[in-house]
Amino acid sequence: MTTTAPAGTSGTDVRLTGISKTYGSFTAVHPLDLTVPAGSFFALLGASGCGKTTTLRMIAGLEEPSTGTVELAGRNVTGLPAYKRPVNTVFQSYALFPHLDIYENVAFGLRRRGIKSVKKQVDEMLELVQLGDLARRRPQQLSGGQQQRVAVARALINHPQVLLLDEPLGALDLKLRRQMQLELKRIQHEVGITFIHVTHDQEEAMTMADTVAVMNAGRIEQLGAPADLYETPRTTFVANFLGTSNLITADVLDTSGDDILLRASHTKLALPATRCTASARTGEKLLVGIRPEKITLTHADDAGSVPDGRNRITGRITESSFTGVSTQYLVDSPAASGLSVYEQNIERDSRLVPGAEVVLHWNPGHSFGLDAAQNIEAGTDVEAEGAG
Amino acid sequence: MAPLATPARWLRRHLVVIAGLGTLGYLLLPNVVVTVFSFNKPNGRFNYQWQHFSTDAWTHPCGVADLCGSLSLSLRIAVWATLGATALGTAIAFALARHRFRARSSVSTLIFLPMAMPEVVMAASLATLFLNMGISFGFWTILIAHITFCLSFVVTAVKARVMSMDPRLEQAAQDLYASPLQTFLRVTLPIAAPGIAAGALLSFALSFDDFIITNFNAGSSVTFPMYVWGAAQRGTPVQINVIGTAMFATAVLCVLAGQLVGRRRKRS
Repeated sequence: MTTTAPAGTSGTDVRLTGISKTYGSFTAVHPLDLTVPAGSFFALLGASGCGKTTTLRMIAGLEEPSTGTVELAGRNVTGLPAYKRPVNTVFQSYALFPHLDIYENVAFGLRRRGIKSVKKQVDEMLELVQLGDLARRRPQQLSGGQQQRVAVARALINHPQVLLLDEPLGALDLKLRRQMQLELKRIQHEVGITFIHVTHDQEEAMTMADTVAVMNAGRIEQLGAPADLYETPRTTFVANFLGTSNLITADVLDTSGDDILLRASHTKLALPATRCTASARTGEKLLVGIRPEKITLTHADDAGSVPDGRNRITGRITESSFTGVSTQYLVDSPAASGLSVYEQNIERDSRLVPGAEVVLHWNPGHSFGLDAAQNIEAGTDVEAEGAG
Repeated sequence: MAPLATPARWLRRHLVVIAGLGTLGYLLLPNVVVTVFSFNKPNGRFNYQWQHFSTDAWTHPCGVADLCGSLSLSLRIAVWATLGATALGTAIAFALARHRFRARSSVSTLIFLPMAMPEVVMAASLATLFLNMGISFGFWTILIAHITFCLSFVVTAVKARVMSMDPRLEQAAQDLYASPLQTFLRVTLPIAAPGIAAGALLSFALSFDDFIITNFNAGSSVTFPMYVWGAAQRGTPVQINVIGTAMFATAVLCVLAGQLVGRRRKRS
């Protein structure tokens, strides 16, 4: 397949400085600084109403920031209207022009810039998104997935310096969404343009993006590579919004060594100081976080077989559900209730049923420490957001 | 497969079609009568009884004094009233649909008043207004009156269309380098066009056809409906039927052409 982006348009960096948006007394986006490196696939992740779409629209020029500046490749574009900015958007539910056919939809941007011979470019672009034979159809005659590809083609044909995607896969069913995720990733790889992708789907953000910024209530909570965000969340919101976390409140006993020593109920826990982003002071509280799949479950009768050096908590299974690849358990323990544990279905211990006494243990290096002053529930209930 | 063996079943199966054809016949019968009598050669001045076939009236449509003058006045007024009402009404519809301003909801309601008001009342009040303002009756007073009552129909038709339009379409156009003017011409207007066309067609039909309001505000001018009314008392020339038939045929052709274009567009 041919790459349609000519040399020199391989994307530019986007720099937001102190940008914010307020509507009356409501602050949609608190002043934020953000730099998106050239050529990267960047995701703004958050629940609806967190300010991610507003941020995107300020980059596109469809929303005027209350404060701050937008820079593209070092050029301040804050004062430029949308139609003068070298960025293009793939809108939520696509916003294809219903009165124009696919060909004219894709050619729209070129024609507005006064380019006369558009045929070659349009044909090439339709080829890139595999819609060559539907050029003369109207948008409403196409399936959701096809419309989505037209929206991408219509934006990409202009060789924007940055492509903005506003929940582009929200209206597709799960299977098609997976397919389009790979498709978009392929296209981004081929054209090399900077992509900024807004989504509420944490899995989508982690699969597609090189860098993810997690937004909550108009602020960026944390920014980093998907694996870093997942392994080392810095706030309870990120810990709960990205996947599932067990957060255990513990008292700090000793901070002098490489490991911070803590106590939750009567259980002693260790946490490598390097894995703790909050400041730990003896006598104060700390949240110890551990992902469900990092915990191993051993029946209480075999407690002696648990290797030394692992954190261990005793408890009782309250629920178990078989999901195929794994079995998910809920365990109540004096240290914390409702701990969730995912066990791979490799060698299943038939004694691990609700009511069984168990030992939960994990490598201290897999846990993370968080400031206990936060809402421990933050980000748990916002994930099940409907598509759209 | 013997339809006669079970007439009840046949009837039940085709009841909707029969009812439809019956209604259509009921609606079209007056037009058929008008058309048939346009080929009549009446004895005397009234064209109410079939005598014998003739194409005289069709070959001399303007053969009666003042008839074509009144027709041309009606057409001119209809065209200008359509243009005026469509332009103004479209602007009002956009303002009501898009902008939040003070008294927006009361304007929205007031716009409907001419539709709800009895025509005689509006006719009389317009006449009073023109008299008090010292405007002499004629072409301009008719035109102003027609624009007034056509306006609400245009606003209603266009507003519905604009309200149902996805605001993201215009944002998408801006995002794709269309200036505000280009956005309006290339996206907003084409999408609102069916509503505007509906409003314009309605305006033309209403204006061409109007008798009551026109009669109050025409002064010495005579529009086609006024001519027919006047003629009916002294005798009805066959030419009235000719013009009626021609108008009907034009309207049918317009509708057919519209459907043809629509179908072709859908197929491609």
